[in-house]
Amino acid sequence: MAGTGPRRVTFRLRRFEPGTDREPRWEEHRVEVSPGMTVLDGLWKVKELHAPSLAWRSSCRMGICGSCGMLINGRPRLACNTQVAELGGDVVTVAALPNFGTVKDLVPDLGSMFETHRDLMPYLLRDDPAEQDDPTREYRQTPGELERYLQFSYCIKCGCCMAACPTVATDPHYAGPMPLGQAQRYNSDSRDGGFRRRRETLSGGGGPWRCHFAGECSQVCPKGVDPAKAIQLMKRDLVVDLLRLRRRRPPAPVADEPHGTPREGIAAPPPRTATAEG
Amino acid sequence: MRDRTAWTWHIAAGVVILVLLGLHMAIMHLDQTLGLFGVAGAEPVDWESVVARAGSAFFTVTYVLLLGAALYHGLYGLRNILLELNPGATLRRAVNVGLTALGLGLFVFGTWAALAAPGAAAVGG
Repeated sequence: MAGTGPRRVTFRLRRFEPGTDREPRWEEHRVEVSPGMTVLDGLWKVKELHAPSLAWRSSCRMGICGSCGMLINGRPRLACNTQVAELGGDVVTVAALPNFGTVKDLVPDLGSMFETHRDLMPYLLRDDPAEQDDPTREYRQTPGELERYLQFSYCIKCGCCMAACPTVATDPHYAGPMPLGQAQRYNSDSRDGGFRRRRETLSGGGGPWRCHFAGECSQVCPKGVDPAKAIQLMKRDLVVDLLRLRRRRPPAPVADEPHGTPREGIAAPPPRTATAEG
Repeated sequence: MRDRTAWTWHIAAGVVILVLLGLHMAIMHLDQTLGLFGVAGAEPVDWESVVARAGSAFFTVTYVLLLGAALYHGLYGLRNILLELNPGATLRRAVNVGLTALGLGLFVFGTWAALAAPGAAAVGG
């Protein structure tokens, strides 16, 4: 009777061994799949049964760490977040993310992306280093101010957006959706005062100006982040700043001391961790 | 010019094109509709109408503005396409210089044509 036996799927994998292979090569392995099985599970099975030297990068298995971005059936996805059943068909094609170099097999070289990310200072830039090093209280922020950047903060830096971007594919000077989206995430944060410092880089060739607004970055993002929107907002902010229409605001101050009667039944915070200086 | 400034001009030129091209379309192709509001005059492509527009300071300024905006907008877009072919530093500079020279040349020629039109029309008439 048809359809009662275990389903078998062919994993078509692009392999590349630096120092040995001059060109990537394709390998096919058939494995049994079960309901709920992810592409990452399938790769483990292939490695266990057929190709022990197969390399990829993965860690959390739950779409949090952003390690297992791969080109799966022609689309950048997280292997741990993609079920074999949802792909349909009997062949699952897996390759390393495009628009990056390849370290080995399915492992992309994300170094250039993270260098650009670091150059755009993806952290709060403020002029109160003492408070940042040893916080007394949190910085004040309204729910509305939080909404301005919240969705961009869901980025897990998996590189899927970079792999899908047609401009990254052709222009090595373009920073790409992940670093730009994260720069906008901090530029939009009311606690941050680093717009002018980031502006130096963003106003030049490495900024958002080459973005065609193809929107592929937002289409493929496994976390539902909209980097294309971040880039358009960034363009707007930079142009408004060029026209000297941007309202300058100081970074949000430290919140006031809580006042009123302390609520009962709330445990005291744990003692602070001692620093190296004691 | 930094990319931010160049892109801002690109958008500004787009807005200028939108307004002036809209004006052009209204005058040249919607004359019958404008007639309903008592705005339209003679047939816009008649010799007299063309000469009247060429002699008008308003239309001369409009033509030159539209020419400048269209050239900048189009050539900036062409530059982006060419730079996406990932040329080397020398070729990149050549693209910038070449397109700037081309744009300036066409702008000067077009402006001369717009300014010389009334005189030419008088001779032709």
